Amino acid sequence: MDSTLLWYTTRGAGAVTLILLTAVVVLGILSTLRVESSSWPRFLTTGLHRNLALMTLVFLALHIVTAVVDPYTHLGWAAALIPFSSYYRTLWLGLGVISFELLLAIVVTSLVRGFLGHRTWRAVHWLTYAAWPVGVIHGLGTGTDTWSAWMLAITAACVAAVGTAIVIRLTSGSADPLAAHRITFQSAVDRRESR
Amino acid sequence: MAAKHFFIDRIKCDGRGLCAELLPELIRRDDWGYPIIAPGPVPEHLLPLAERAVEDCPLLALTLRQLEARK
Amino acid sequence: MARLLDGPDLAKGAESLQDHTRRLGPVPALDQGFIATLGRTGATGRGGASFPVATKWQAVARHARRDVAILVNGAECEPLSKKDRALMTTRPHLILDGAFVAARVLGARRVVVYIGERHSVASRAMQQAVAERPASERSLVSFEAAPARYVAGQEAAAIHLINEGIATPTTMPPYPFVRGIDRMPTLVHNVETLGQIALIARTGDATGTVLITIAGAVPRPGVLEMSGTATVGDAVKRAGGSIDGARAILIGGYFGSWVDAGSAANLPLDAGILRTKGLNLGCGVIGVLAESRCPVCEVAGMMRYLASESSAQCGPCFFGLRALSEACIRISERGSNHEDLNRLQRWAVDVRGRGACRHPDGAVSLLQSAMKTFAHEFGTHTPHRATQQIGAA
Repeated sequence: MDSTLLWYTTRGAGAVTLILLTAVVVLGILSTLRVESSSWPRFLTTGLHRNLALMTLVFLALHIVTAVVDPYTHLGWAAALIPFSSYYRTLWLGLGVISFELLLAIVVTSLVRGFLGHRTWRAVHWLTYAAWPVGVIHGLGTGTDTWSAWMLAITAACVAAVGTAIVIRLTSGSADPLAAHRITFQSAVDRRESR
Repeated sequence: MAAKHFFIDRIKCDGRGLCAELLPELIRRDDWGYPIIAPGPVPEHLLPLAERAVEDCPLLALTLRQLEARK
Repeated sequence: MARLLDGPDLAKGAESLQDHTRRLGPVPALDQGFIATLGRTGATGRGGASFPVATKWQAVARHARRDVAILVNGAECEPLSKKDRALMTTRPHLILDGAFVAARVLGARRVVVYIGERHSVASRAMQQAVAERPASERSLVSFEAAPARYVAGQEAAAIHLINEGIATPTTMPPYPFVRGIDRMPTLVHNVETLGQIALIARTGDATGTVLITIAGAVPRPGVLEMSGTATVGDAVKRAGGSIDGARAILIGGYFGSWVDAGSAANLPLDAGILRTKGLNLGCGVIGVLAESRCPVCEVAGMMRYLASESSAQCGPCFFGLRALSEACIRISERGSNHEDLNRLQRWAVDVRGRGACRHPDGAVSLLQSAMKTFAHEFGTHTPHRATQQIGAA
């Protein structure tokens, strides 16, 4: 296969992955808000979040496969799975591998959520806040056209979107209206050794 | 086929309301957003939606089970 | 027929183990056949749910793989109840006899004695009594203090405190008889129930009596042991009061229901019969409301208490009881109005059965019975000059 075509596919799929992943993260953050809207049901946010996450994995797979089979990069499959094991752009590619593996863990645990229980699932899901920025940095470091206007603009927009979502989330207060009351009550009924 | 009933863990539930959106035929919300589930078995034609509601619950508070005799 | 409070003068406190055994005779060696005896007596629990004792024992036995645990529930977190403290202070060995019979029959590795943290006299009496027991029994026992909050006496909350240090109710299933203390099947019994079991173990018969705490507008409030065939009116008379002078009776304490005095007079102090009339004897509290007290203000105060005692784990309970109590307080402080009365009806129906435990159900039953018994007062209430607090109950 033509190396140039593979190369363009890798870069294109990478860009699409970034955009999709950003949308997934933003939807995930917004789903914790207690905003109600009759025109946008909550199961739509959840459904989109899930479907876009799966689509992200598809484009990520395309991105990885085209990068590995491209003769120009001399990457073996090991490089795609073991972080920092490639000779080609060791650091930046390594970060990409880390981001990929974190995402894989997040998606797999979500698929078997019923067996894991809520607490374990939630703990792993928090790794999103590592997977996304590491993926962004990977994109900035490995891309040969990173500094092209398009890629810069796309990356900036993605960062702005997630940043905004996080600010909205932080200023919205607790997702659980009972959290504060529950904690107050629990401190009144805990076992105190000095009794 | 034995009838399936909804079971809700009231401690896990925090009134997000996805279940009520998916199954307004069986679930409505009280004045504070928490679900009121119609008693009785889930009708066959609503089972797919019921299973989706169980899957979509962010807190895993909702389950579908066959009713067993108590104690 | 033996009674729980028989024996030396109650004011003298507990007997020694020696005197207790001399008075009542030793507890016979029993095996699982005792469960059938319990079934025959029809004994029911005295903690508030009136659940058949034999059924509980069978459930624990069925789920027991190796060892089980016994929880002696002397938390007494119902504000108006005093009977558990009275029994623990004066007849601790009766309670312990019952607990150790259960431990022997069911194969228990642990007996946890759970007493309200403020019940220091009762706690001391129970600890002294345990110290007198033989080593084989003593080695099973540990004590835990129940926090002084209403829900801390609930079965699951007690087990939660023992296992994880916080006395909040948990979702059931799993039920205590399946998985409780240290993940063992656990038998939870109120101290009065264990006292009954101790006497059944010796005689094969229940006492036919029940411990009542009578509170409110009577000259001699306190703990009475009444026959199950006696009536509410009899109890009020024993406490020196007259049911004719009362406006209404609260049967079952904060977890109970209001009945107007005339209808209450002939009600027997029998949990089973009361249940057929939609009433719950509960932990045996009989509260007497004087004619002179305002029922609306009284109920508003009770609802405020019950709302504040929600463990804030379930939305319908926390928000629902808070809304109900605020509506009651509005009626109490500003007078009756249609909106609040409608809200009370609607929310009461919405809230019932939608918590992880029965706390909201109890509050709703109290309120609905109050709105029925005091329908006139709720409909025509006007603010008083001085708002009334809960009576000296």
